[in-house]
Amino acid sequence: MRNIHIKEITEAVKNLCMEANYNLPEDVLHAFDRGLETEESPVGKAVLNALKKNAEIAWHEKIPICQDTGFSVFFVDVGQDVHIEGGSLSDAINEGVRQGYKEGYLRKSICDAFTRKNTGDNTPAVINYDIVPGDKIKIICAPKGGGSSNMSRVTMLKPADGIEGIKNYVIQRVLESGSNPCPPVVVGVGIGGTLEKAAQIATKALLRPIGSTNPDTVLKEIEEDLLKKINDLGMGPEGFGGRFYAMAVHIEKFPCHIASLPVAVNISCHASRHKEIVL
Amino acid sequence: MAEIIRLTTPLTDKVIEKLKIGDQVLITGTLYTARDAAHKRLVDLLNSGKELPFDIRGQIIYYVGPAPARPGYVTGPAGPTTSGRMDPYAPRLMEAGMKGMIGKGKRSKDVVDAMKKHKCVYFAAIGGAAALIARSIKKVDVIAYEDLGTEAVRKMEVEDFQVIVVNDIYGNDLYEEGMKKYRRSP
Ligand code: SF4
Repeated sequence: MRNIHIKEITEAVKNLCMEANYNLPEDVLHAFDRGLETEESPVGKAVLNALKKNAEIAWHEKIPICQDTGFSVFFVDVGQDVHIEGGSLSDAINEGVRQGYKEGYLRKSICDAFTRKNTGDNTPAVINYDIVPGDKIKIICAPKGGGSSNMSRVTMLKPADGIEGIKNYVIQRVLESGSNPCPPVVVGVGIGGTLEKAAQIATKALLRPIGSTNPDTVLKEIEEDLLKKINDLGMGPEGFGGRFYAMAVHIEKFPCHIASLPVAVNISCHASRHKEIVL
Repeated sequence: MAEIIRLTTPLTDKVIEKLKIGDQVLITGTLYTARDAAHKRLVDLLNSGKELPFDIRGQIIYYVGPAPARPGYVTGPAGPTTSGRMDPYAPRLMEAGMKGMIGKGKRSKDVVDAMKKHKCVYFAAIGGAAALIARSIKKVDVIAYEDLGTEAVRKMEVEDFQVIVVNDIYGNDLYEEGMKKYRRSP
């Protein structure tokens, strides 16, 4: 049994919130470079160059890449041999969000669903817990912007719809999203499970490094086919027309009920932010 | 690439008539910011026959909710938000004299029709390039609805604020045309 004090967790979460919002991950920056090679539209190229410049300014000046510093979404793997001391783990994470958004000059974007009154400190966070073997805690912070979240959906297809049905659904979703989720995007797809499981694995799929290969060869083929079809639509960066709308399609799959085929599509904007720490 | 057009606010019909989709434009002058909640209040004022907190004639509204400014900065990062949410309000503001809108994403048919009728143009700023965009914002004053926080109405002085024309007053749409141009049929 290893003890971890909540103070350590709050401090770590505070820093994760700030760093995730200031620093665009390397894999995204590399994807921009690859996009510049394939993009045919001059406007599309100009957009990609502006996004690179934007990331550079944010990193250098420690200011957010985007004004929408997102919903604070966490994936927390808690080792079963860890003992949390000093208080509640969820409270400690929320306190980290509170401090990070204040001290880091991040925008507070969370409000009551009915009155629309801002909670003032970007809490509550959405925390997904997993209990895993070991005596460590891994925390991934993945701020999620509203513009791209609004384009995400879950649906229940018929098992008979099969892989073709899934592909058509994803392409239709992307077409309807157009310029709203600030392309170039990453398309996260969750297939199977229940309604909430599909959505959760679609979100998790967004965390996989861009350019990495799916170990499942069937999924790998679907990802490649979808990426080509999506980029052939011609929407391009920011939807102004071009070749490079999507940086990647990432799919995760889970077994499902014999009667159903849930499919979730979670689109991430180019500010595909995530940062992790292991305590 | 087409050359870059420089505009200063307020916008006149003569200037607007020349703008075409895909034109890259640098705006210098004043922008007013408003998002969902502020739009509702502005339109409520107009509908009850009251005056707006600023003279909207010839002006451009920028759909943005900036991040807080670090000390020493005029503004925090300030990129566009999705314009579609302002669609129910935009035609009423055009009627009152608004001549330009800056945001991101597609507009409804009603808005596009109103743009033709009232000669108003829709620009997109680069979504998510908020730190870069903030550099062209030189001065910011909250002029109304301070209680709305990031959604308050701000007056922004901008220099060479970079946008692209998405809907001109002739009913063209860059999102549709751009896509057609680069589309590869399966
Ligand atoms: S979709 Fe992403 S990049 Fe675009 S405004 Fe929202 S958070 Fe920023």
